[in-house]
Parts: sequence; structure tokens; C-alpha cells
Amino acid sequence: MGDARVKLLGSWASSYCHRVLLALRLKGVEFEYLEEDLSNKSPLLLLHNPVHKKVPVLLHDEKPVAESVVILEYIDETWKENPILPEAPHDRSVARFWVHFVEEKLGPAIGKVFQSAGEEQKAAAEQVSEYLKLVERELKEGRFKGRRFFGGETIGILDIVLGCGSYWLSVLEQVAGVNLIDVAAFPCFHAWLKEFESLAEVREAIPAQERLLEHARSVRQMMAMMTAPAWTKTEVPTAVSDEAAPVALTK
Amino acid sequence: MEKGGEVIKLIGTHSSPFVLRVKIALNLKNVPFEFLIEYLPYKKTQLLLDSNPVHKKVPVLLHDGRAICESLIILEYIDETWASCGAPILPSDPYDRAIARFWAAYIDEKLFPPFRAILTTEGEEQKAKVGEVVAALEMLEEGFGKCNKGGKFFGGQTIGLVDLVLGSLVSWMSVMDGLAETQLLDPNKIPMLAAWAEDFCEVPAVKEVLPEIAKLVEVGKGIQARERAAAAAASSASVTAIGDPTVSS
Repeated sequence: MGDARVKLLGSWASSYCHRVLLALRLKGVEFEYLEEDLSNKSPLLLLHNPVHKKVPVLLHDEKPVAESVVILEYIDETWKENPILPEAPHDRSVARFWVHFVEEKLGPAIGKVFQSAGEEQKAAAEQVSEYLKLVERELKEGRFKGRRFFGGETIGILDIVLGCGSYWLSVLEQVAGVNLIDVAAFPCFHAWLKEFESLAEVREAIPAQERLLEHARSVRQMMAMMTAPAWTKTEVPTAVSDEAAPVALTK
Repeated sequence: MEKGGEVIKLIGTHSSPFVLRVKIALNLKNVPFEFLIEYLPYKKTQLLLDSNPVHKKVPVLLHDGRAICESLIILEYIDETWASCGAPILPSDPYDRAIARFWAAYIDEKLFPPFRAILTTEGEEQKAKVGEVVAALEMLEEGFGKCNKGGKFFGGQTIGLVDLVLGSLVSWMSVMDGLAETQLLDPNKIPMLAAWAEDFCEVPAVKEVLPEIAKLVEVGKGIQARERAAAAAASSASVTAIGDPTVSS
């Protein structure tokens, strides 16, 4: 292992890890990336995240920080360039509120679409739509009206959290055959996503769609093989369950 | 101290631990506020629905008419807004802050759901939930040893974020002990947390706002009764509606 002061333990397909990669890039932080094989977790990961045994884990001078949103706040407080949280306490609370919404509501709903089939999937997709409507409303006429990004002119924590999972929406559409973001129904969301994806740092942090598509297809295939007719909450292989696949869009 | 002319209101219930954490924080910071009671789960006021349209849950902090929702977010807001009043809720060092946030998230994600489920389960299922809670507490016992830096609290010498988050559950732990015949804060198994809980409850700003155990027992029994009724209805019909927003995030 090198002498790098900052290291990131991650998994290439995990949107939680992409969040951290993006934040580090935005702030120009030099770091060493260590890819974890989630089906065979390294002693380093188990040492530094004994509680959850998950990626991402940020190591700063060998001190570990776990949980992607906790890591994002840590990064913002440690490296002051290009802040990803606003200054005013109320604005910060609004950003954190919607981050929490993505984590607790939108993300799990999208994961459910991926994990299910038939009637259950239809219901899950409707739920995603209901949640997206709330986000759309905030962009159209609410707190984020008229902004290029949720963070304003530059991306902030909510852009990072929502953006790093959003590409999965189009991947899921192709893999699960479910249309989740109709451009006509969510014009502001689409516009925001285009802006987000146009950023160089974003393209560097998130792998190519084809790779993600291939990965998502193989995960869904594995799930189909493991569970016979009904796809309900069931065991998924370790490689899939720990933030390495769209099934775990929540942390 | 409240800056001149500010209006601070807290929408909540007397039984919610999530509301309690905010009450304690405001008390610690000496911030006077008006408490607006919701009578959940029976009805929600228009104010609550307008202030928290997304989740429709308590607590909601209203500061000069602006709403802040989600208890952990409210705690950070209080810490940032009234930074010069009383001791800080979050430590100043970014790494210590990260550790505090980590444990706060852990409590709400890993400890609270099985804890809450003690009220809605019975027999073997309930035993399993108790087991999960005990395991989480044992994890927190270890965490305490790493956070407290020799002090009585997770926050060290003074109450911090994790103390508020876990401490707001202590009264309910007595209730669960009674209803499920457990001893969650067992001094033989988790001596540091058992001592911490006593120290926490003795702090004046906490003691003043701790709910009466007897009242919580009533609320707990009410939740159990509604759960049993719903289960009975489900077994004889196809529709069941279980949703108890009383204890929320």
C-alpha cells in the first residue's frame, strides 16, 4: 500500500462510492483508490468498517470514515475549496432534508423496481413516480426554482447524492423494461440531469453506461436464478447486496 | 439566548423520542420555544401538514415561520444557529463530527427499527427484535469507549449529538423492559451505557423534559392494542392499515 494520505475503499459499480469520488475530484483532493471485491472482503475493509463492512470507506491519515453521506460532510469540512453545502443554516437544513429523502424514500423505491417483477414492480414504479414528482416540484416552483443545480451555479451535496444514483434510472429502464423518468412528466428533472452529466468531473467519476448496463443485467439474471416465481425480498449474492448494484441505492 | 424578536416553535408529541431530542437540545441551549402538541395518530393539524408536506411527521421546528424537519437535521440546525449558546452539540474537529454522525445514523437505522418493533411483535418474533436491540447496544457500548474521551457522555464532558439521539430512547427502554420483560440497559452486559443512561437523565436540561414513564406505558400499550386489532382484522379480511406516525423520524 502506498503513502497516500487519503485513500478510498470502493467498488466500481457502487453509486455510493461514486459520490465520494466525485466530491474528492471536485475539491482537487489527491487520493489512492482501492477496489474492493465485495464477494471477498479485504481485511482492510473489515478492519476499518467493522460495524457495516461496507464501502465506501474513506481513510484520512489511516483514520476511517464510513457511510457515504457522513463522508461527504467530512470532505466538505476538511477541504474548504468548492463547498458542497451552503453556508446559511436553513439552506443547509434544506439540502440535508432532500439528501435524506433520496436516501430513505427515492433510492429504496428505485431499488425495489429493480428487485421486483409483475404487479409488485408496477407498484414500485408508481411509488418512484410519486417521489420524483416531489423533486420535480421543488425544481419547478419550490426551493430550487430557476437553478442550474440544486447547489446553485455549482453542484452541491444534493446534486452529488441524487446525481450519482440517477444514471441508474436509464440503466434500469433498459434492464427492467420500466420507464421511470418520462421526459414529458419530469422536464425540470431531465434538464438538471443533463447539466449534471455534462460536467467533466461527473464523467470521470461514473463508469460508462455500457459497463453499468452489463453489470445490472448480470445482477438481475442472478436474482432471477436464485428466486423462483415470485421476486420478493430474498437473499442476493454478497457481491450485489453491499452497495455494488442498483438494488442498494440506499446506503 | 433567543435573539430579540425571534419566534421559535416546536411541533411534536409528548411521547416521541425524536421530538424529545429536539426539546432537550433547545433546553440545553436555553432557547425558549412554544410547544405545539399534535394528537397523533388520530389527527394531524393543518400546520403540521403545511410545515412538513413531504413526510407529515413530527418533530418540526419552526424558526420565524421557516420549517426544519427530520430530528437529526434539526439538531444540526440548532447547533449551527445557536452556536454561541451553551456547549456545542457537535464537536469541532471534522473527524470527531464524522464519528458522531456515524453513530447517530447507526442508532436511527439499526437500533430504532427493532426497538420500535418490540411493541408490534410477540413471542419468538419479539425475542428476535430484543436480540437485535441488545446487539446494537453492545456495539454502542464499544463506540462509547472510543468517543467519550474519558468523559461521562458520548460528547465527552458535555452532552453531544449521540447522547441526544440515544438518550431520547432511554425512557422508552424502561417501557420496553416492562412490556417485554427485558433489561435493555443491563449493567452486567453494558456497564458503560448503563452508567451513561443514569448520568444523562440526571442532567437538569434533560430531567426537566423527560416524559413520565407511566404516560409512555399507556402510549406503548395503545400501540400494542392497535397492532393486535389490525392483525386480527387482517386475518379475517384482506385489508389492513398499519401506520403509526406517532413515533417518527
